Amino acid sequence: MHPSDRKYSKTHEWVKIEGKEGRVGISHHAQDHLGDIVFVELPEIGKQVKKGEQLCVVESVKAVADCYAPVSGKVVKVNDKLVDKPELLNQDPHGEAWIAVVEVADPGETTDLLDGAAYDKFCEEESGH
Amino acid sequence: MEDLKKTPLYQIHQKYGGRIIDFGGWALPVQFTGIKEEHQAVRTAAGLFDVSHMGEFFIHGPDALALVQRVTCNDIARGTPGRVIYSPMCNERGGVVDDLMVYCLGDGGYMMVPNAANIDKDWAWVKDNVKGLKVDLRNASSETGEVALQGPDSEAILQRLTRTNLKEIKYYRFQEHVEVAGVRSIVSRTGYTGEDGFEVYCKPDDTPLVWEAIMEAGHDYGIVPCGLGCRDTLRFEAGMPLYGHELDDDRTPLEAGLDRFVSFAKGDYVGREALLKQKNEGLKIKLAGFEMVDRGVPRAGYPVLLDGHEIGWVTTGTYSPTFDKNLGMAYVPAELARPGVELVVGVRGKELRIVTVPLPFYKRGATK
Repeated sequence: MHPSDRKYSKTHEWVKIEGKEGRVGISHHAQDHLGDIVFVELPEIGKQVKKGEQLCVVESVKAVADCYAPVSGKVVKVNDKLVDKPELLNQDPHGEAWIAVVEVADPGETTDLLDGAAYDKFCEEESGH
Repeated sequence: MEDLKKTPLYQIHQKYGGRIIDFGGWALPVQFTGIKEEHQAVRTAAGLFDVSHMGEFFIHGPDALALVQRVTCNDIARGTPGRVIYSPMCNERGGVVDDLMVYCLGDGGYMMVPNAANIDKDWAWVKDNVKGLKVDLRNASSETGEVALQGPDSEAILQRLTRTNLKEIKYYRFQEHVEVAGVRSIVSRTGYTGEDGFEVYCKPDDTPLVWEAIMEAGHDYGIVPCGLGCRDTLRFEAGMPLYGHELDDDRTPLEAGLDRFVSFAKGDYVGREALLKQKNEGLKIKLAGFEMVDRGVPRAGYPVLLDGHEIGWVTTGTYSPTFDKNLGMAYVPAELARPGVELVVGVRGKELRIVTVPLPFYKRGATK
C-alpha cells in the first residue's frame, strides 16, 4: 500500500532520497489516522533538524500532531502550497503534499528506516489487527 | 476497547466503518467518512448520531416538580406537558454540576437527560437533594437507546417512518408513544447541532432497527452517519456550551452566557443565592467568541493574553467547516468579552492575534 520508492519512520513520516536531498512528508496511514487536515505549520528554510526531532506541526479538525524529521539536515525547501491548501495532505500525501526538502547530513541514517512493505506491516500491528 | 461501555449501536458503527474511540469510557465513533463531510451533511441535508450514551432520569411522585425546581436554574414550572426545557444544574457556589434537558411528561413526571460523562455524578446529586420530598426516582440510562437525526431534511426523512404528524412537534417540544418504524419511541424536536432535527428515545434492543430505518429513509436525501467529531464542530459553531470545556463545577451559567436559562423569579433553588450575588456584583470573567487574525488553530487550554499577561483561556477552539475559519471560545475578563476586542492567544509558544466576535458563530439559515 505504501510506495517502495522511499523509506518510513515509525512516527509515520516518509523520506525520498533524491541525490543529496531528502524529500519529506507524512504517510498515507498518518493522514488517514489524523482525518481532515486543516493547518500545517511549516518549518523555516535554513532550520537545522536532527533525526527524530520535531520538523513541523500538522493539525486536523480534532488533533494537533507533531511531524518529526526522518533524517538530520538543513531544511532547504518547504511546500508553500500547504499553507492555503492543507487538505492536500489528505488527498496526495506521497505526492503533491510533500512538506519539506532536507539537505541530508548523513545518508547512513536512513538504514534503520522501514521500506514500504515493512511499514505496511508496522501500521497493521500498530492498529492491532 | 474491550473495557469500554458499548451502546446498542456498537455493531452498527463497525458496519458503517466508524472509527471508534474511548469517549469518557464509551466506545463511540469519532467519525465515519470524515468530520468535514459529516458536518456539511448536517448543515445542508441530514446526519444521524448515536447518542445512546446520554443519561435518562425519570422523576415522578407528588413532589416531582419541587425536586426538579430545586436542582435546576431554569423555571420548569412553566413547562406544560410536551415541552423540553434546557437548564443548568448548579452547586451551592453557582458552579455548574451539569447542563441538561428536562422533558415535562404527560403524567406530571419529568425525564432529565444529563451528559453521559456526568450520569453517576448527577444521579448522586439529584438523590442528595431529595431531602423531605416525596418522589420516585429511576435512573433509566442503561435501559434507553437514543439517536439524533439532525439537518434541514430531518422532518421529511422521519415523516416517512411515522404516522404522527411531525409538524405538530414544534421546536423544543416532544411526544411520547410515537411509533418510528413500528418502534414505540419518545420523539423530541431537539438536538445539539444548531439545525432542525429530532431525537428519538427507545429501548436498547430496538435502537439498531430505528437507526437502519432512518438511514434507509434518508438515503435519497444524502443522509450520512455522523460521529462525535462533527457533533463537536456543529455544536461549537452554534455556540452551545460543552460540559468540561465551557462549563464545569467552578464556572457559573452567567459566566457562560446562559443568563436566559437562569430564573431568579421561580423561588429558591440550589445555587440561586450565589448566582444572584454574582449578578448583582457583576461578572469578573465571561465567555467570548473569537476568530483568528493570524494563521493557526486555537485549542482548548491555550492561554489568552493581553500585553503579555495571561488573562484567560480557550475553552474550545477548532477549524470551522461552515465558515472555513479557525474560531474559538474563551473565558476572558468580562469587560473584554464584547465583540471587536483584539487579543492574543498563545499557540505553542507563539503569540497569535485574535479578535472577539459575537456568539453564536452560526445561526440557522444565516449562511444560506
